[in-house]
Amino acid sequence: MMRLYKRSQPSKFWIYAAPLLAVVLTFLSGLLLFALVGVSVPDAVYAFFVEPLSDRYALAELGVKAAPLIMIGVALSVGFRAGVWNIGAEGQLIVGAIAGSAVALKFYEVDAIWVLPLMCAAGVAGGMFWAAIPALLRSVTNASEILTSLMLTYVAALLLSYMVHGPMRDPDGFNFPESRLFHDAATLPLLLDGTRLHVGFAAALIIVLVVWIFMSRTMAGFSLLVAGAAPRAGVFAGFGKHRAVWFSLLFAGGVAGLAGLFEVAGPIGQLLPGISPGYGFSAIIVAFVGRLHPVGAMFAGLLLAWSYLGGEAAQISLNLPVAVTNVFQGLLLFYLLAADVLILYRFTPEVVTPASGSLNTDTVS
Amino acid sequence: MTSDAWVLTALTIITAATPLVYAAIGELVVEKSGVLNLGVEGMMLAGAVASFAVAHVTGLGYLGALAGAVAGTTLAALFALLTLGFQASQVAAGLSLTIFGTGLTALLGQPLVGIAFKGVPEFAIPVLAEVPVIGQLFFRHDLFVYGSFILVPAVAWFLYRTNAGLTLRAVGDSHDAAHALGIQVLRWRLAAILFGGCCAGIAGSYLALSYSPMWVENMTAGRGWIALALVVFATWRPGRLLLGAYLFGAISILQLHGQAVGLEIPSQFMSMLPYLATIIVLVLTSMDRGKISLHAPRCIGQPFYPAS
Repeated sequence: MMRLYKRSQPSKFWIYAAPLLAVVLTFLSGLLLFALVGVSVPDAVYAFFVEPLSDRYALAELGVKAAPLIMIGVALSVGFRAGVWNIGAEGQLIVGAIAGSAVALKFYEVDAIWVLPLMCAAGVAGGMFWAAIPALLRSVTNASEILTSLMLTYVAALLLSYMVHGPMRDPDGFNFPESRLFHDAATLPLLLDGTRLHVGFAAALIIVLVVWIFMSRTMAGFSLLVAGAAPRAGVFAGFGKHRAVWFSLLFAGGVAGLAGLFEVAGPIGQLLPGISPGYGFSAIIVAFVGRLHPVGAMFAGLLLAWSYLGGEAAQISLNLPVAVTNVFQGLLLFYLLAADVLILYRFTPEVVTPASGSLNTDTVS
Repeated sequence: MTSDAWVLTALTIITAATPLVYAAIGELVVEKSGVLNLGVEGMMLAGAVASFAVAHVTGLGYLGALAGAVAGTTLAALFALLTLGFQASQVAAGLSLTIFGTGLTALLGQPLVGIAFKGVPEFAIPVLAEVPVIGQLFFRHDLFVYGSFILVPAVAWFLYRTNAGLTLRAVGDSHDAAHALGIQVLRWRLAAILFGGCCAGIAGSYLALSYSPMWVENMTAGRGWIALALVVFATWRPGRLLLGAYLFGAISILQLHGQAVGLEIPSQFMSMLPYLATIIVLVLTSMDRGKISLHAPRCIGQPFYPAS
């Protein structure tokens, strides 16, 4: 029997080693999974892990996928540190995309430089509005933001479906549930010619930098950390609990809304019924794997973007369902949570003596 | 409406509520033991896909339900390993269970998409089934529905009328005190988590074998999350939970009847109703802090590490 013993202080080594261990274990489990599903393991490894990084275009695609993951992951990690569980970023992303698209379609004929900034502002506002609902309900009625923000994600998905089937449908689109294709003035500039890598990726890196400075160098960032680590101490120090709730949700909502706008104004170019393969949910994993730190979230965002690309490649070349990606992401979080135990605890073989054996009954095998 | 139409409506409410009853009563027991498992949606999906696969291969619907219960319990065991064994955050572990369950079931369920299943047989209870209205409402169902009628009173009896139930509630209210009394906190919590997984698995089985006998990716459509909200709505009391489940059953079938009556509301807005209703009842319940603090398990969400 092994028993858990609390360390006198957290292990510095395992804070950084746990994510790496989790990645290795996920990779090995992936090999096992491929073997069980009956695909050739070397082919699967090539398709899933190598192909997505094989050339310039593929690397640019990694950036395209990583942009929303990094943005939202960084924003969520701020809230998670403050003890605010916004798990409805997917809904905030969708509403941001709808709001930004409304601007793009409203000024469909206008070819002006201010169209895109206005769309971005609308995207941020849309995401913030959607996140303000759980913030309001939490601060006024104490309703759990976990459940309200998630319920609002379902509502947002249905709202998007209504929009592309109804008011925002392309009038010349033969009744397909799609909006018009956005004009050039309403499309994001590219960072690399011949690819789909757009300025949203640069924006994601800027957000990483800003949040890093905010959390480590400002009083407001510190008060958020206190609110999460020691809520009562936070209240005595004058950092209201409600402020953390409002700030975390509005910030993540705004960033998620912007990410949603980037999707429709960037790689997609119009409003569709499905604009996100679950970026808002994967960003939760990004935040955890990134150790709730902005720089960590950047690496984790790239890692999860890789898993999305691998899933797409495996779908095309091996005929595997694209859901493989979600399996990998779920496994990664599982392993990370399990490996994290080593930060605060160590495993030691249990010494069974007649005297202590009867007391320590709650052992972990 | 004629009385026949009323009976028919009531029947659809009962069937729509049944998966919620199972999932929510299981989660209620889990939360009473002081654990918050946000993985209900994932466990329901696992139950749905496993039950459908087994029922499709063997042709035996109720054998499928057993497989669904096992699948839900298996995922719950994974959650227990992380939270009880490895002291992981219950919120994060529950979320990862849902994400993992969604992906895994989509992967494993791929070959099952588009296959029809005949559904599970109903058992009319002799004599009672012949009683007008009441017989139709309560005594002509499949075993899932009968089970849901029995399960809630049984859990209520267990929690409030047995020593074991008292112990479980003690573990949820103060794990340190329970530990000091020599109660094996982690074992009680493990049992509660596995029971919750079993119930969620059966809830998923009911969806895939009886409610709409087929497998569709993500077919639970948020019912696992609604079940979590129902536990709060019920303020952790089984009786109110039953009431809440039927209320939600009624709301979720409104969209069908809205179309039948010819309401000019887009279908998407009608489909939003269960989710919006969840938010509204959550808000109304959460405002009543007295009720919450009276009935909520005090240790909910806190990992237990034995001090001695």
